[in-house]
Amino acid sequence: MNIQISNASNDPIYVQIKNQIKSAIISGSMAAGEQLPSIRYLAKELRVSVITTKRAYDELEAEGFINSVQGRGSYVSLQNEEFIREEQLRKVEASLLEAIKGAKLAGLSMKDLKEILDTLEGVEDDA
Amino acid sequence: MMHNAIEIRNLTKNYKGFSLGPLDFTIPKGCMVGYIGENGAGKSTTLKAILGLIHADSGEIKIFGNSTNEHEPELMNKIGVVFDAINLPADMKVQEVGTFCKLAFTTWAENTFNDYLKRFTLPDDKKVKALSRGMKMKLSLSIALSHQAELLILDEATSGLDPVVRDEILDILLDFLQDENHTVLISSHILSDLEKAADYIAFLHNGKLLFMEEKDLLVERYALCSLDDETIGHLDPEAIVGRRRHAFGQDLLVIRNLMPKSIKLTNASIEDIMVYIIKGVESESVAL
Repeated sequence: MNIQISNASNDPIYVQIKNQIKSAIISGSMAAGEQLPSIRYLAKELRVSVITTKRAYDELEAEGFINSVQGRGSYVSLQNEEFIREEQLRKVEASLLEAIKGAKLAGLSMKDLKEILDTLEGVEDDA
Repeated sequence: MMHNAIEIRNLTKNYKGFSLGPLDFTIPKGCMVGYIGENGAGKSTTLKAILGLIHADSGEIKIFGNSTNEHEPELMNKIGVVFDAINLPADMKVQEVGTFCKLAFTTWAENTFNDYLKRFTLPDDKKVKALSRGMKMKLSLSIALSHQAELLILDEATSGLDPVVRDEILDILLDFLQDENHTVLISSHILSDLEKAADYIAFLHNGKLLFMEEKDLLVERYALCSLDDETIGHLDPEAIVGRRRHAFGQDLLVIRNLMPKSIKLTNASIEDIMVYIIKGVESESVAL
């Protein structure tokens, strides 16, 4: 897993850590059941405070991405397939919303849009 | 199970022309605390009181739940101390230091000490007085880490060291903190390289604690910006914590969430926060 911290970013460091672990889980580069580095090890390696890494893990746990077992460590949540689906669904919806906005600006009807979608799907299948 | 490394209640110490306290703060186990403030703010006095090197006029200090009034050697084994100057006979050779410390600490771990000497490449046959400042500091730290201490207290230990050595020391401290029962209290007036890893910042000014806060919260709360006088006139006065006026405008330390979204803010370092707050306190125009 790769985590890059930017001090110039407007996002607090714990948010940066949280988001990068989240995308590692969503992209599948961290599998369900896989153990995460300990908060102390992560803090040492990134040279951030333990409070920072703990907060990132606490929020990941609250959002259901990871499970923490007292004294054992933190693991990528087992039921996260559902979360991943939801997360991806949200992404698709957001992209489609963008497409609808664009279509309206260009004066395309929903019928035109659906045709474009079918054509594109055909292109994607051929590829 | 004791969760606090240090508890200080109502600590006072009066000298001619300087009073410390009354001071109250608690340092939980497993964290790194940066104890910051100007020279003469009372940082060293506090640390000396914690270590029982001076007698406080009033108040109580507990270390791992034990009152320091009854200074047991066992308790002192658990505290590793690094001061800005080394307290060893000047003519002692590095290789003799281990033998000397074996007498001082019942929990002395010879192998650990030798490992640190190697890690820091400290020359065995040199006398203490012949070591550079960086070397002396590394020797002190090696001793502090070789008697199974659970609490490490560093008093201005990294001031005056070059950035490469400071960086090495940060690594050592972070290694030490991998054990969640270990605690580091580090006093300094330059924190730039260590602040990144500190969990809490305790800020002392003129013998009084201005605050002890999670570092992350400080960094989130405060921000810097540079503005012209007219724009500043439209701001919520509560948003301005400290300012530096110059001929062409003002630099401000502000409270981030009281600022209009349209104004570009940059992140403030702990040093920025320290400087602006002290200036603000001195000009009495501050809402902390």
